[in-house]
Amino acid sequence: MKGLLFERSLPRFAAARVASTVAPGGGSRVGPLRLAQLEEPPLPGPGWQRVRPRLAGICGSDLATVDGRSSRYFEPIVSFPFVPGHEVVGELDDGSRVVLEPVLACAARGIDPPCASCAASTNGNCERIAFGHLEPGLQTGYCADTGGGWSEALVAHESQLHAVPADMADEDAVMVEPMACAVHAVQSTEVGEGATVVVLGAGTLGLCTIAALRRLALPGVVIAGAKHPDQRRLATDLGADIVVEPDQVHRAVRRHTASLAAGRQLTGGADVVVDCVGNQTSLAEALSIVRPRGTVVLVGMPGPVLVDLAPLWQREVRLAGSYAYRHQTFPTAFEVVHAAALGRLVSALYPLDRYREAIDHAAHAGRRGAVKIAFDLRKGTSAAPWRMG
Amino acid sequence: MPARSARPGFVLDVDRSTPPTLFWHGEQYHLERLPAGSRVVYPPEALPALEHPDAAIRHALLNPLGDSQPLPSLLRAGMRLTICFDDISLPLPPMRRPDVRQRVIEAVLDMAAEAGVDDVVLIAALALHRRMTEQELRHALGDRVYDAFAPQGLLTQLDAEDPESMLHLGTTDAGEDVEISKRAATSDLIVYVNINLVAMDGGHKSVATGLASYRSLRHHHNVRTMQHSRSFMDQHRSELHSSNWRMGRHIAACGIKIFQIETTLNSNTFPEQFAFLQRREWEWTARDRATFLGVSKSLDRTPARLARSIFQSIRSPHQMQSVQAGEVEAVHEVTTRNVYRQQLVEVQGQSDILTMGLPYICPYNVNSIMNPILVACLGLGYFFNLYRGKPLVREGGVVIMRHPTPWAFHPVHHPSYIDFFEQVLAETTDPLEIESKFEEGFATDPWYVHLYRTSYAYHGVHPFYMWYWCAHALQHLGGVILVGGDPKAVRRMGFKPASTMRDALEMAEDVVGRDPSITHMHTPPLLIADVK
Repeated sequence: MKGLLFERSLPRFAAARVASTVAPGGGSRVGPLRLAQLEEPPLPGPGWQRVRPRLAGICGSDLATVDGRSSRYFEPIVSFPFVPGHEVVGELDDGSRVVLEPVLACAARGIDPPCASCAASTNGNCERIAFGHLEPGLQTGYCADTGGGWSEALVAHESQLHAVPADMADEDAVMVEPMACAVHAVQSTEVGEGATVVVLGAGTLGLCTIAALRRLALPGVVIAGAKHPDQRRLATDLGADIVVEPDQVHRAVRRHTASLAAGRQLTGGADVVVDCVGNQTSLAEALSIVRPRGTVVLVGMPGPVLVDLAPLWQREVRLAGSYAYRHQTFPTAFEVVHAAALGRLVSALYPLDRYREAIDHAAHAGRRGAVKIAFDLRKGTSAAPWRMG
Repeated sequence: MPARSARPGFVLDVDRSTPPTLFWHGEQYHLERLPAGSRVVYPPEALPALEHPDAAIRHALLNPLGDSQPLPSLLRAGMRLTICFDDISLPLPPMRRPDVRQRVIEAVLDMAAEAGVDDVVLIAALALHRRMTEQELRHALGDRVYDAFAPQGLLTQLDAEDPESMLHLGTTDAGEDVEISKRAATSDLIVYVNINLVAMDGGHKSVATGLASYRSLRHHHNVRTMQHSRSFMDQHRSELHSSNWRMGRHIAACGIKIFQIETTLNSNTFPEQFAFLQRREWEWTARDRATFLGVSKSLDRTPARLARSIFQSIRSPHQMQSVQAGEVEAVHEVTTRNVYRQQLVEVQGQSDILTMGLPYICPYNVNSIMNPILVACLGLGYFFNLYRGKPLVREGGVVIMRHPTPWAFHPVHHPSYIDFFEQVLAETTDPLEIESKFEEGFATDPWYVHLYRTSYAYHGVHPFYMWYWCAHALQHLGGVILVGGDPKAVRRMGFKPASTMRDALEMAEDVVGRDPSITHMHTPPLLIADVK
């Protein structure tokens, strides 16, 4: 089968990192990712099924991996070589369609009794992701044993599969996994009724978060920082009340909350700031616009950052991470995707052969008026490189 | 040889032999060839200055107009005297030292000292404008006045957001709140020192606006008033004027005594090295042409920031052309006649298109940045309204303005402008909708209030007033085109960007039809079109 393989190669990691400083996505040309003929991964045991991906999205964490910019924190919890791709809608051998819940938790790893987190159904926080009968891997798409979505076949445990309703298009279904991340972020954060919530970033995660906030919580005003015109249009459409460019967020929050400012720091600010960017600038911005005792939620995957935490300390700000989801999150994610018609965020589909173009497109999605770029692995379809957003 | 008398303004009909016309373009200027048949309205030449300004001031103070005694008769030991003066927004550009305010205030203080008046306070009549810096105050008042009053805290600037320093005097017959400086209102005499650059300056507006709070100003600084002021320069057809007059008469009825001093300046606006800016193009000398070319080429290569700093350092050779003092309305009547004498130009009929080159300065960006809102206000609020009778452009016509219009704001002077531009104009450009939906929030925003009171920021509501100044033009016009502006900033304001004047004229034809009539306002120096 055809698939994109990511191998451990330090020189190529380094080359990818250098290339990505010239142009994001540049790691796909010189890095450890290559198109290869692969053996289909064997089923690891009972309860496992073969999944043939139909659409597989390219996520921000995938881009960081391809460009060699991922945190070294992940090294012990991934195994090489692996096939990337964890946003997957695929087909089982019986022809039914499923969405993959990629976390490789205790159930998939054959660990019984499960860890405390899995026992509490918070399988996103599984404490055994480097253990059990599988090679280490926090998710499908980072594990040498399971394959990944950027190929023609992967294997998944039954605990990882969610049936796709017959009337749901593949484009909607491929948005379910990122939406589950947004749903989890909203459900695990205390968003009071009438609260002022700021969403930094309006890529896939930011837009999904806005949609989830509007359907699962009762915020008063949602302020979104979005860099590109199409992102601003979509943010408004999905429920943001005030949508501004990133460098205007600070002023918009100050105005809306009638706050004063002491230097760059607002004296008041938003009740909740959801950081869907995850870099040094966005985290510093979040801390400068959140109110005392407010909450900053990191949804975008961060790496090593240098941020002054004095305001966090002095203002007793809560800084929380939000990773993945619970198993029960997915039904809600299906509902929100359907209600908000999020298949429209899938902007372009590429065949695997054109992976470099796909990754380049994903790395410049906002600037090119796109949101979600995905690989189209459906048989008999010829992937159009561009779709209406 | 006797000096040539000043020639009146006139209207030039452009033909094939007419040289290109000078257009201001912010800190630059361009020559544009207007189509044959266009008209260019030129301002009158500068009237002769008063030969002995200090003597003229003294004469005015001793020989007041209307129902007023000479100033010395109004001064006595033990009284409270408050001297108020126009702020940094006048004159434009700032004039060379000594400023008219310094001359007048020194004369008033001499008389007050002679009468034994000890309780004297000076107030910069800011209304909701930014505070002046020490350097700006020294420039306006002179070092002697500054050093005598500032160290003792007797040179103050209006703080319209300090409830302790404002006094509500009730309402006019029309229900308008009148709230002005408590120090002024509780004084035995207010002496107000004006620089009347245009016809709407002065009169009752001096105290009723210059010393007033938002609570009071909102009654006339609103969209309805602006749309019913046709124009601000014509007292008989200005609702802004009427409202200020109602307030002024209410203030008088409260027993508050005002001794009004108004001065007019001639239109000698630019220093000798920029003399060509005040000459008619076909009269340019070889030296003028060389200067124009040299300056233009240099400015083309000068970074915007440096060019701004060069132009902001210009000190105008304005000269006092008249001074009159006494009772407010009597004084203002004479002042208005003098302003008209310097600025009025008779023009026959309206045109389909009005063009104007906007300079680098307006009342609200002295020593600051001309941000896009101020560009709009200068063109559509001020220049468009420089008419008596009818606007120079017909209803449904098009205004074409030339200005670089950068998306740039002075962060200290104009903080609320940034939010207004980024957030309010992004949602709507309709003045009425803006007024009803956003004004109060900005006017009461504690951050803007804080910056207005303690920093050098215009009040939070000020950008709204700038937009309201445009309301009459926006209602009247079929379109507004900005040549050479930042397209993004221009579109944000609901205007159309054009690269060249030729493109703009073609675009305007889509609105007004083929072969349009075109009038160009050749200003500054300022002119008022008396449109018949």
